[in-house]
Amino acid sequence: MPKRRDEMVPDAGFRSYYGQPVIKAPVWHEPHMPVYLYLGGMSGAASMIAAMARVTGHDRLALAARMAAAAGAGVGSVFLITELGRPERFLNMLRLFKPSSPMSVGSWTLAAHGGLTAIGAASAVTGVLPAIGDAATAASAVTGPVMAAYTAVLLADTAVPAWHEAMRELPFLFTGSALASAGAALMLTTPRTAAGPARAVAVAGAAAETAAGMLMARRLGLAGEPYRLGRAGRLMRASRMLTLGGGLLATMAGRSRALTALSGLAITAGALCTRFGVLEAGRASAADPKYTVVPQRRRVAAGDLASVPGRCRPATKP
Amino acid sequence: MAERMGFFTDTSICIGCKACEVACKEWNDVPDDGFVFRATSYDNTGALGADTWRHVAFIEQDGRWLMSSDVCKHCTHAACLDVCPTGALFRTEFDTVVVQSDVCNGCGYCVPACPYGVIDRRERDGRAWKCTLCYDRLRGGLEPACAKACPTDSIRFGPLDELRARAAERVERLHADGVTEARLYGESPDNGVGGTGAFFLLLDEPETYGLPPDPVVTTRDLPAMWRWAGGAALALAAGVAACFLRRT
Ligand code: SF4
Repeated sequence: MPKRRDEMVPDAGFRSYYGQPVIKAPVWHEPHMPVYLYLGGMSGAASMIAAMARVTGHDRLALAARMAAAAGAGVGSVFLITELGRPERFLNMLRLFKPSSPMSVGSWTLAAHGGLTAIGAASAVTGVLPAIGDAATAASAVTGPVMAAYTAVLLADTAVPAWHEAMRELPFLFTGSALASAGAALMLTTPRTAAGPARAVAVAGAAAETAAGMLMARRLGLAGEPYRLGRAGRLMRASRMLTLGGGLLATMAGRSRALTALSGLAITAGALCTRFGVLEAGRASAADPKYTVVPQRRRVAAGDLASVPGRCRPATKP
Repeated sequence: MAERMGFFTDTSICIGCKACEVACKEWNDVPDDGFVFRATSYDNTGALGADTWRHVAFIEQDGRWLMSSDVCKHCTHAACLDVCPTGALFRTEFDTVVVQSDVCNGCGYCVPACPYGVIDRRERDGRAWKCTLCYDRLRGGLEPACAKACPTDSIRFGPLDELRARAAERVERLHADGVTEARLYGESPDNGVGGTGAFFLLLDEPETYGLPPDPVVTTRDLPAMWRWAGGAALALAAGVAACFLRRT
């Protein structure tokens, strides 16, 4: 049956105010935000690796992982603080704990994770208080996975269609990317004979990141379009190739230093491209009113209006 | 707690004089937002933002001219307030949503969270700004500056329940007069933000005025987001464990 013209061009007819955006684009800067997303994820996965390596007796790898986890959290915090409009007020983040704000949950997680990984690394380097260092590393195996995953909620909990609609896939994209990043960083900083588990983590992470990215692209429909177009599209495609290529190389990287370097650097570059690409896609998604108006108009046309069931009116706070 | 106060902006009697924009700027000491000729219509402020808390939209159509003074919606379920990590955004005794500029650290999270694209970060001073519904004037028993200055009473200020009743009457009148395209926007407590404290009477689809047709407070889906993130975090932990156990 031939389609009617307006069915063939489903969003040709959407209206707007002179093509201006309906929502505001994220104001977060480059490179601060995407680099923080990369470092925070890398640190989170590295702390999990540090804990497992310690338990299984991979001591050389455990040392490198503790260092990577602490460095990622420390440097990441600097990027995050300089991203603020008023960096001197960064401690206001810890004024209260607010479960309805992923940024608040994230700040507390980062504070705890940063502290734990710093203790773990300091103890490993100096040899002082090894029991406390081990306990801190074990505890960072709890904060680490949260570090790697919360940033997905941070982005999804906005009105930006490309982020909000990706609430299911973004966490897996980000944790996959975090695994790959940490595996790659540890491949590059551990002697090859001791880096076996790091290579395995890099391969697993690269596979998970690729799978989540492909699933996201297939499932999102119109909301996913910004991940395919323009600069965001180029970044996401570069990320896909670097991550896949680096992941494949990681399976044989145990054989030579050159392969290890190539694989580790490709995966790292791929993970960075993912973070820059996701931020850019969010900006593009906010800038074009089509992504906001068309799905909402469809809901209105279908009589399926949004509502907020089961939520009471918020209480007044002084 | 005082009654919930709000705005009813009846765009059918807006004459596009921008007295509201000027009064808002003067009272609230809002900085200059540029004198740009946008070559679209008589709109020279473009959109709501850190330095534009009332924005008059001009839409030139065949045979008529639509004008509408937009403002922060003071949502019942306000995404900006929900996601603010410092508590700088708070709900007042009038059930309005206000930023405390001495607390805001400029994290910028409220900006993409607002489903209406209202609040914005002023890059010059690094903090988020938006309409306060003239919190200081309300506390002093005065009506907000924009409503006070509006010469046609297109902007009405008052207790939200009263405004809703008056708005329903006004729509009925307009429909009886043959203006069948008149409709209310945002007044329903059953909508995606639980109803807005500032609502509108429009003469065309909301998107024509740059308003979202069916906005949702993003935090409605927060529990689902955390569940998916929790799954991903567990998968990460399990993945790392598997990589080690395979090798030992
Ligand atoms: S319209 Fe936007 S800025 Fe105003 S209360 Fe609602 S979410 Fe906050």
